[in-house]
Amino acid sequence: MSEFLQQVVEGVGAGSIYASLALALVLIHRFTGIVNFAQGELAMISTYVAWQLVASGMPFWLALPVTLAISFAGGMLIERLLIRPVEGAPELTIVIVTVGLFIFVNAAAGLIWSFTVKDFPQPFPEGSVALAGVDIGWSTLGVIGVVAVVMGLLYLLFQHTRTGLVMRAVAANPASARLSGIRMGRVLMLGWGLAATVGALSGVLVAPLLFLEPNMMGGALIYAFAAATLGGFDSPVGAVAGGLVVGVAETLAGAYVGFVGADLKIGVPLLIILVVLLVRPQGLFGRAAVERA
Amino acid sequence: MIRMRHTTALRAAAAGIAALLTATACSSQRGQDDSAASADGACKGQQTTGITDKSIKLGGIYPMSGPASAYGTISNGVSTYFKYVNAEKGGIGGRKVEFVVRDDGYQPPKAVEEARRLVEREKVFAVFQTLGTPSTSAVWDYLNQQKVPQPFVATGASKWGTDTEHPWTMGWQPNYVAESRMYADYLKKEKPKAKVAVLFQNDDFGKDLLGGFKQAVKGSDITVVAEESYEVTDPSVSAQMTSLARSEADVLLNITTPKFGSQALAADAKNPRWNPLHIVNSVSASTSVLKPVGFKNVQGVVSATYFKDPADPQWADDAEMKTYRAAMKKYAPDADPSIQFNAYGWAVASSLHKALDAMECPTREGLRDAVQKLKDVKVDMLLPGVALNTGANDRFPIETMQLVRFQGERWVLFGEPLDTRQKFGPVTG
Repeated sequence: MSEFLQQVVEGVGAGSIYASLALALVLIHRFTGIVNFAQGELAMISTYVAWQLVASGMPFWLALPVTLAISFAGGMLIERLLIRPVEGAPELTIVIVTVGLFIFVNAAAGLIWSFTVKDFPQPFPEGSVALAGVDIGWSTLGVIGVVAVVMGLLYLLFQHTRTGLVMRAVAANPASARLSGIRMGRVLMLGWGLAATVGALSGVLVAPLLFLEPNMMGGALIYAFAAATLGGFDSPVGAVAGGLVVGVAETLAGAYVGFVGADLKIGVPLLIILVVLLVRPQGLFGRAAVERA
Repeated sequence: MIRMRHTTALRAAAAGIAALLTATACSSQRGQDDSAASADGACKGQQTTGITDKSIKLGGIYPMSGPASAYGTISNGVSTYFKYVNAEKGGIGGRKVEFVVRDDGYQPPKAVEEARRLVEREKVFAVFQTLGTPSTSAVWDYLNQQKVPQPFVATGASKWGTDTEHPWTMGWQPNYVAESRMYADYLKKEKPKAKVAVLFQNDDFGKDLLGGFKQAVKGSDITVVAEESYEVTDPSVSAQMTSLARSEADVLLNITTPKFGSQALAADAKNPRWNPLHIVNSVSASTSVLKPVGFKNVQGVVSATYFKDPADPQWADDAEMKTYRAAMKKYAPDADPSIQFNAYGWAVASSLHKALDAMECPTREGLRDAVQKLKDVKVDMLLPGVALNTGANDRFPIETMQLVRFQGERWVLFGEPLDTRQKFGPVTG
C-alpha cells in the first residue's frame, strides 16, 4: 500500500510540474485563442536568466522577483513585436510564429549558455518528510504550494479587479470589448506577460529537479499540453487538475500496467489527449464554444 | 475547434520540413567525382583525392548545435592538435593538415548532407570524425560506397567493430560492450553476489551496454534484479528511480546521457533508504554531470576511463598534458582545456596522426589499411597501459580501460588497466 502511495506521490510531483506549465499555456489561450508552442522554451530561458543572476552573486530570493519582472516585460514585448503583426492572420500563421520562436529561443539559449547541464540552486530544503511510510520531498511540496498560491492570485486578479474584468471581457467577446472602448492590444500584452511570468516561475521551480539545460522543458511541454487538454484550454483550475491527473496516471501506468512499463509511458499523455478530444473536446473544466448558426 | 487547427498546423509544418529535406537532398545529388585522382608506382590506381605531398584535407561532422552540442567541443581539441602539428611539427609527414568542420546538429539527415558536401564539394581525403551512433550510421553506407575512409568515429557502439560490410569505417574509443565488461569484472571481485538495478536509455547505446553487461555476468552469482528504461524525450527519470529503489538492489548501473545522468545521481542521493553502489557509464562520467548534483552527493561513484583526465592533478607534470595545455592556450584560447571532451579530441587526433604516419601508400586505400593493422600503437594522451590494436579479426582499436572512483572533487584511478578482450574474448555481433 505504502508503495502505491509512494508512486502516487511521485505522480503528483511530476504532475505539479506539468500543471505549472499548463497554467501558462491556458493563460495565453484564454485571451488570444492561440496555443503557444514556445511556452516551455520561454520558461526555460527565464530560468537561465535566474541562473545567471544567481551565478553573478545575487541571492536566490532577490533573483526570483527580478526574473519574474524581466519575464513579464519579455512576454509583453514578444506579443507586441512578434504576435501583433500577425494578429489578424489565420491561426496557422500564428502557430508557425510560435513554433519559430520555440526553435529560435532553444538555439539562442544553447549559444549563450551552452548545452552543458547547469546546477540550479534548490529554493526548498533538501530531504523529505515521511508520512505514513511515504516520502514526500520538500521540493515536491514546495512546487505544489507555489502552484496553489499562483492559482489563488490569478483567481483574485480575474474575479476581483477591474483589470481582470477587462481581461475576461476580451476573452468572452473580443469584438464587443473593442467596441466598448477596451484597448485590446494592452490586454493581449498583459496576457502574454502574465503567461511568461507563470512560465518563468514554473521553470525556476522545476530546474533543480530536471536540471537546467536548453532542452529542459521540451519533454514537459508535451505533458503540459495533455494537462491543458484534459482540464480544458480555457480553465486555469482545469489545467492544474489536469496536470496532476496526467502525472499520476502516467506514473501509475508506468509502474503497474505491465505492457506499458517505462517504454510506453510517453504514450499515456497522448492517449489522454485523444480520449478527451473524442469524448469531451472542451476538457473536463472547459466550456464548450457555442456559435450562432 | 482550436485543436483541429493545430493538427492541420502540425501537418503543414511536417510537410514543409519534408519538402525542404527532399529539396536539399536532391540539390546535393550532383554528379560525383569528376576528377577522381589516382596514384602512380606501387600505389598505382589508388585514390589520392584530398592529399598531396604538401597537404592533406580532412573533414569532420560534429553537433555544434542541438541537443548533443556539449560534444561539439571535441572539434576544438582535434583542430587544436592539427594547428599545433602544422605550426610546430611541420605537419603530418610534411603535409599540412586542413581540417574542415561541419555541423549536423546531431541530426542524421543533416549528417548525410554534410558528408556529401565534404566528399563532393570539399573533396576531403577522409571524413574524420562523425559523432554519435545515429549520425555515423546514417553516413557509413554512403562513405563506404564512395570508398572514403571514415576512421575513428566518435561513438562507442559495438557495431563499428562487429560489422564486416564497411571496411572504410573504424571505431576508436572502447565500445559499450567493453565498458560493461569492466563493471562486470569489478563486481565479480568486489560484490560477487551483487543484485543489480539498471537504468538505461532506450536506444542502441543503452541496449548495447546493458546487453554486454548481462552477457559478461552470465555464469556468475551476479543478477540483474530490476531494469527501467527512459526515452530521451522524458522530462525526468524520477519515477524510474523510485521503481528501481523498490528492488532493493545493492548496485545501481546508471546507463544514461548527461542530463539524465545528473537526475539519476540526484535521485539516488535524495533517497535515504536506498544506498546502492552507484556505477555511472563513461558517457555521463564528466565532471560537468556530477557538479550540478553536488560533489558531496556523488562520493564513491564508480566509472571507467581510458584517457588522461586534464582535471586530474596527477597528470599536471605529464609531458603530453603540458603540450596539450600550452597548445590549447595558444590555438583555442576560448576553450576550457580542463573539459574532458577537448582532451578526447586531442587524443583521437594524435591517434589519427599515428595512423597517417603508418600508411604504406599516401592514398585513401593506404589509410583504410593502416587503421586495420595498428600494433601496440602508444598515444600519449591515453592512459599508461592503453594502446591501439587492430588486426584482421580485431576492429576495435581500444579495448583496455581502468576504473575510476569519485573522491573529493575529481575522479581517482584505481585498480589496474584491464584488457577486456584478453579477459572476455572478442566482442561479437
